[in-house]
Amino acid sequence: MKKMKKHTKNSFLNYGIIILFFIIFQTLVSTKHISNSLQGQLIPICVYIVMALSLNLVVGISGELSLGHAGFMSVGAFSGVIVSTALKHSVENGALRLLIAVIVGAIIASVAGVIIGIPVLRLRGDYLAIVTLAFGEIIKNFLNVLYVGVDANGIHFSLKDEASLGLDMATGTTIVNGPMGAVGITKISSFFSAILLVLVTLFIIQNMVYSRTGRAIKAIRDNRIAAEACGLNVTKYKLVAFVVSAALAGSAGALYALNYSTVVPKKFDFNTSILILVFVVLGGIGNLTGSIIAAALLTVLPELLRAFSDYRMLVYAIVLILVMLITNNEKARIFTTELKYRLKFKKKQIGNKEVSE
Amino acid sequence: MKKKLLALLLTGAMVLSLAACGADAGTADSAADATETQTETTETEETTEETAAAAETTDGAVTGTLKLGFIGPITGAAGQYGSLANYGAQIAVEELNALGNGLTIEYQPEDDVHDAETSVNAYNTLKDWNVQAIVGCVTTTPCIAVASEAYSDRVFMLTPSASSPKVTEDRDNVYQVCFSDPNQGSKSAEYISENNLATKVAVIYNNADAYSTGIYQTFVSEAENRGLEVVSTTTFTDDTTDFSVQVTDAKNAGAELVFLPIYYQPASLILSEMDKQGYEATVFGVDGMDGILGIEGFDTSLAEGVMLLTPFAADATDDATVSFVKKFNDKAGETPSQFAADAYDAVYTIVEALNAYAAKNGALDVTDLSAEELCDILISTISSDDFSVDGLTGAGMKWNASGEVNKSPKAVIIKDGVYVGM
Repeated sequence: MKKMKKHTKNSFLNYGIIILFFIIFQTLVSTKHISNSLQGQLIPICVYIVMALSLNLVVGISGELSLGHAGFMSVGAFSGVIVSTALKHSVENGALRLLIAVIVGAIIASVAGVIIGIPVLRLRGDYLAIVTLAFGEIIKNFLNVLYVGVDANGIHFSLKDEASLGLDMATGTTIVNGPMGAVGITKISSFFSAILLVLVTLFIIQNMVYSRTGRAIKAIRDNRIAAEACGLNVTKYKLVAFVVSAALAGSAGALYALNYSTVVPKKFDFNTSILILVFVVLGGIGNLTGSIIAAALLTVLPELLRAFSDYRMLVYAIVLILVMLITNNEKARIFTTELKYRLKFKKKQIGNKEVSE
Repeated sequence: MKKKLLALLLTGAMVLSLAACGADAGTADSAADATETQTETTETEETTEETAAAAETTDGAVTGTLKLGFIGPITGAAGQYGSLANYGAQIAVEELNALGNGLTIEYQPEDDVHDAETSVNAYNTLKDWNVQAIVGCVTTTPCIAVASEAYSDRVFMLTPSASSPKVTEDRDNVYQVCFSDPNQGSKSAEYISENNLATKVAVIYNNADAYSTGIYQTFVSEAENRGLEVVSTTTFTDDTTDFSVQVTDAKNAGAELVFLPIYYQPASLILSEMDKQGYEATVFGVDGMDGILGIEGFDTSLAEGVMLLTPFAADATDDATVSFVKKFNDKAGETPSQFAADAYDAVYTIVEALNAYAAKNGALDVTDLSAEELCDILISTISSDDFSVDGLTGAGMKWNASGEVNKSPKAVIIKDGVYVGM
């Protein structure tokens, strides 16, 4: 086999990690060698990996700090739930319904991404961060007053209260009930579908990053003025990255919501957005493999710390700080690069791009 | 680099806020208490083994070790409710273990920070611990998420305070100690109209809160049936601190009574605002209002004449309440709320149900019962007609098959700074 390009190798490494993760845990689940606690977290882990990867597209590849990522997740979550509940009787197959829900979640979230992206991406740097934060809150508050029901006549919407939906008493069910969120969701998410979503996400992001569009996005990130001078349409390319990221977050949201019997708008607040940003920062901005590992570990960590009872989140915070300090330590970096160098017996590879960036 | 710095800064901010949540002043005690309870249980376990052997011969006794789990927000934004409920349940467990009648309860609390995802994780952790029955969850949204898991696993759940009907709906294994929201809303409307408190009513509720919205919806529909006129309906959200708009609206509409289906913190602000505007109307609250007299820095004279429906009043003079309040004060250093009393009753209800079952079907050793077997026993006993419990939150509590409790609400009025029954 000819020598692969470095990024192709990296791409396959990521697919490999996910597939290995799936094989190991699927075997553990089927042989019942896994604790209930960990088994219950497999789907959330996959969801957070997708969230981290998609945010990395905006923060790492496009270089814009977005603080409203959970907003897109909630759009996907609620539209996924609405679709899934509305189709309950017409589409009997759970897997097919999940697929439709995830796709619809992605589409609606990408529409939200376009609406938000057009005004927001005219801003730069910190201003953009603050505005995305505000939009995330707007989405949450909008969902707090959104009432959706379905009956024989179709889907009803209201922004006032449950009664004003005017549902037919006999056949109607309320799907989304304002701050009470969606209740009585039929759980149709599975570990397999979650892994598929991660692989699809990786496929989309990796192919996009190394495509013409991806190079344009990175050029804009590295030097906006030079890129503009080359004739690149800055707003267009930024919007592409932003919308793709929103769509992926939406699909993750749909998968997440359909894994629980209830979901509330409050879940997708500022804290969740920051949590995902932590995954990205900790894994290394622009580093997809890092995002995968950070998202998986940090999702499991609070549960592993249950032994500390009330001090759990305090210990979690300390661990976060330590990891941040160690990964950003100059000596630790030199040590790891040297280690890599020695392991590979290759020519000088010091100055690994992802680390030193 | 600048971006990285900003990102780091924000991460740091979150870390600090998380740490702040975790390091709540009261929680240090609770952690110590939790370990204390656990060591106590192991100690009593040894001693009771002998008594258990002796007790086995007696008819209709419950023996063995029961693994009882608790799920609630012990830390985080709703930490107040969960930690109080946790203390309440702990007191009940300690009392029952001290009886030394052959039954030992191992108690394991798990924190869910009022989040559905974490709550399911907490539930799975309890499952790894081989839990046999669960007291919880304390708050509604996590409870719905956990209930559907427990339903498919056949684990019995008795929630102290998750009041939405959605918690018990379509699930035969989930029971409530508290009133359900529709009950509270309709009972309030019923009470107001039957006692001719008012005909023109204003409602101020939190439309970002499931509990508040749930009560509001049933109150309005029942008010309509009873000919009460809702002249003003205004809303607020969790971050609201200024209630002048809502109060002015109620005042201008000429409402004689303001119905507040909300928690006590915003209610105290509304009372201050009403006082500021010189608006004198009857204020009627629900169980979330319980605790308003305990707010630091709140002028309790403003709460004078406030009526509320609550199942538990900490200043009641019956022996059970007095002893509970005293024990609670020793343990937590504060007056118990309704949440604590509900959790206390929940633990007792489970044990009483086991006793009732044993009395009917002969001695019962719970140690080796699976959660599923115990679930069937508890369901058949609790929903049966001849089973009732006299608890702190009501005498003769009975449950219907759908899991809702039937007890009479107590309406109390605040007079001279204390709750007085009406």
